[in-house]
Amino acid sequence: MDGNSAMDAKTPADATEIMTGAEIVLRALADQGVDTIFGYPGGAVLPIYDAIYAQQRVRHILVRHEQGAGHMAEGYARSTGKCGVALATSGPGATNMVTPIADALMDSIPMVVITGQVPTHLIGSDAFQEADTVGITRACTKHNYLVRDVNDLARIIHEAFYIATHGRPGPVVIDIPKNVQFAKGRYIGPDAIEHRTYRPRTEPVSGRIEEAVALMARAERPVIYSGGGVINSGPKAAKALRALAKATGFPVTSTLMGLGAFPASDKQWLGMVGMHGSFESNNAMHDCDVMLCIGARFDDRVTGRLDAFSPRSRKIHIDVDPSSINKNVRVDVPIVADAGKAMEALTETWAKRSPRRTPDLAPWWEQIDQWRARKSFAYPASKAVIKPQHAIERLYALTRDRDVYITTEVGQHQMWAAQFFHFDEPNRWMTSGGLGTMGYGLPAAVGVQAAHPKSLVIDIAGDASVQMTMQEMSTAVQHELPVKIFILNNSWMGMVRQWQQLLHGERYSHSYSDSLPDFVKLAEAYGGHGVMCEDPAQLDAAIMEMIDTPRPVLFDCRVEKAENCFPMIPSGAAHNEMILGKITGDEIGDAGKMLV
Amino acid sequence: MTRTPRTRTAARPGARNGVREDPASAYDMTQTEEAVERRTLACIVDNEPGVLGRVVGLFSARGYNIESLTVAEIDRNARQSRITIVTSGTNHVLEQIEQQLLRLVPVAKVIDVTQSGGIERELALVKVAGTGEKRVEALRIAEIFRARVIDTTNESFIFEVTGASAKIDQFIELMRPLGLVEVSRTGVLSIQRGKEKAG
Repeated sequence: MDGNSAMDAKTPADATEIMTGAEIVLRALADQGVDTIFGYPGGAVLPIYDAIYAQQRVRHILVRHEQGAGHMAEGYARSTGKCGVALATSGPGATNMVTPIADALMDSIPMVVITGQVPTHLIGSDAFQEADTVGITRACTKHNYLVRDVNDLARIIHEAFYIATHGRPGPVVIDIPKNVQFAKGRYIGPDAIEHRTYRPRTEPVSGRIEEAVALMARAERPVIYSGGGVINSGPKAAKALRALAKATGFPVTSTLMGLGAFPASDKQWLGMVGMHGSFESNNAMHDCDVMLCIGARFDDRVTGRLDAFSPRSRKIHIDVDPSSINKNVRVDVPIVADAGKAMEALTETWAKRSPRRTPDLAPWWEQIDQWRARKSFAYPASKAVIKPQHAIERLYALTRDRDVYITTEVGQHQMWAAQFFHFDEPNRWMTSGGLGTMGYGLPAAVGVQAAHPKSLVIDIAGDASVQMTMQEMSTAVQHELPVKIFILNNSWMGMVRQWQQLLHGERYSHSYSDSLPDFVKLAEAYGGHGVMCEDPAQLDAAIMEMIDTPRPVLFDCRVEKAENCFPMIPSGAAHNEMILGKITGDEIGDAGKMLV
Repeated sequence: MTRTPRTRTAARPGARNGVREDPASAYDMTQTEEAVERRTLACIVDNEPGVLGRVVGLFSARGYNIESLTVAEIDRNARQSRITIVTSGTNHVLEQIEQQLLRLVPVAKVIDVTQSGGIERELALVKVAGTGEKRVEALRIAEIFRARVIDTTNESFIFEVTGASAKIDQFIELMRPLGLVEVSRTGVLSIQRGKEKAG
């Protein structure tokens, strides 16, 4: 490959260009606009690594475990809106990648994963490092391929990018046997590659838009419930959401995945909805008369008890995936479309509505203000120990004016981050929502930092989660990606402990983080920088030290150990049965205990 | 610390032994009083490796029923296959099955054969062994059902019978006292009425 290959891709002569399968992989990635991939070599991908060695256009970031490569690709994708790419060898390389693939499917993250496979003539012989990768990943990918002929390879790669990024985004696996990587074949460019049958609908049907506006125009207690789909749809969708909210004056809440699509500093913002969402948002969802759901999927963490979910509202649901509509909750106006396009159409039709007079929303806002006045995120302050909520508040305050990206692991710290760190822009918040993958945040932060080398990238972590993918500190150091790992260290698997306290008679079975490493020494062992803080008075200075260190930092923030995450909708309860503060053992019924 | 007054919905029955009867979460959506119906769906799919695995995997992963499934290529040039699935569930589940099938990338089309009045046929091979009066009676019933004899020995017949599944069930029931040995069935095939092509 020479420096002109980008131009070559556009010439007709391209159709007859012959190269090896491995070269086709790199060429196709470059032509797809991929600048960074995350991977780990092994026997079945050595030809591809040879091709990586021979070119400059695609940067390869060597990870320490394939799971890390997958989460990095997810973080890269989520923070840029582009498709993430990860590379792994056959067998254990591919199986290690399964968790991030499943994670990307649940959170609709566009990702292409390339795996090596044993040569085609050995497939099925239980060869060394053989695994049925397409079989194993079938249930956790949007689509997957086993490439048997090198002449199909270029088309399949371009098709994979098309599928990963169109409609509802998701992960696509391409499994390439080693002999196909060696074989010579035809390269074709990405132009005019479309899938034979996959054509997702993105334009809304105008009749449905009019029905929706008619409902919205009569609403006395409306609420907009937005989700990760608005962020996936791109920056135009976030703009469209702001325009729609401004035009209608409706209050806006969002799921965990949707944070940042609507500015948290806006007066119309209610805070996050769901199990650990705000009191005002959950009550607004419960009492509303019209609910406009945009790119969210009525997940059980959002709805709580389904038969008591927003019982008196008419519901409008915009989703690009028709199977999301009427899956958990019956809706009145289904709109299958891209979130951005549908919101633009809604705003346009809203402007032309007749009669122009719509009900006065003042009484509804008064009610919302009463709920707001309950200050559901309030917590008792302390001068003796660092409250985890306080730590996030200070982190937010001290990074407010910076170009900051936040990732998280999974657990209490994740919920506190969602509650106390506020986002005004989309693509700034990377978290594992659907699958709930502990160990997501550190590698995701590395992926974000690779895409935004000058930005401040912070993984808000827990002491248990962070140890699941801790080895990627080494990746961060090697590639000079100065991520900040801010560990809320309470020596517990905090959310497990909280549930054991509330639901299992305070029997703390295996949730104490015994034998925790010395995180400062650990940081130093990796070649990073370690900071430890346990004194509220020292917290600001310690956070500034972290921010000002131009290297990867592990911040061991020792926080109150027994703090619980509130407010909380107990499992099996309705939105208006939210618990604000202290809770006793009898709040959650036996049925609730059965749920996750 | 304050607590909101908890309003209980009247419709909420108490949980007994930790088992709740009303749907409280997505996890127990299946508990419903809606009637379960049988439905025949036909999928037009790209005939590529693994496509049947995807369809079957979807049914097992999401806990849907498969009563019968047939698959074969229907257009070699277009590389298309037709999969006919007989399934059952509540209306809500059947609607989800259709949408989830369409979510699979190689699935081009899903036709609700039952609701669109399509034609369903099944073929069965039925082995019956016997002598004397029973043997004569088996042959007589086979004639009524327009079943063909495709193999015979002095003590047995193999019948080939086609028709709606109910007709085949009935034929098998009648053969049972007459020496039914074994049955092999294709599962349901389907096609739309009228001049249009489904694909």
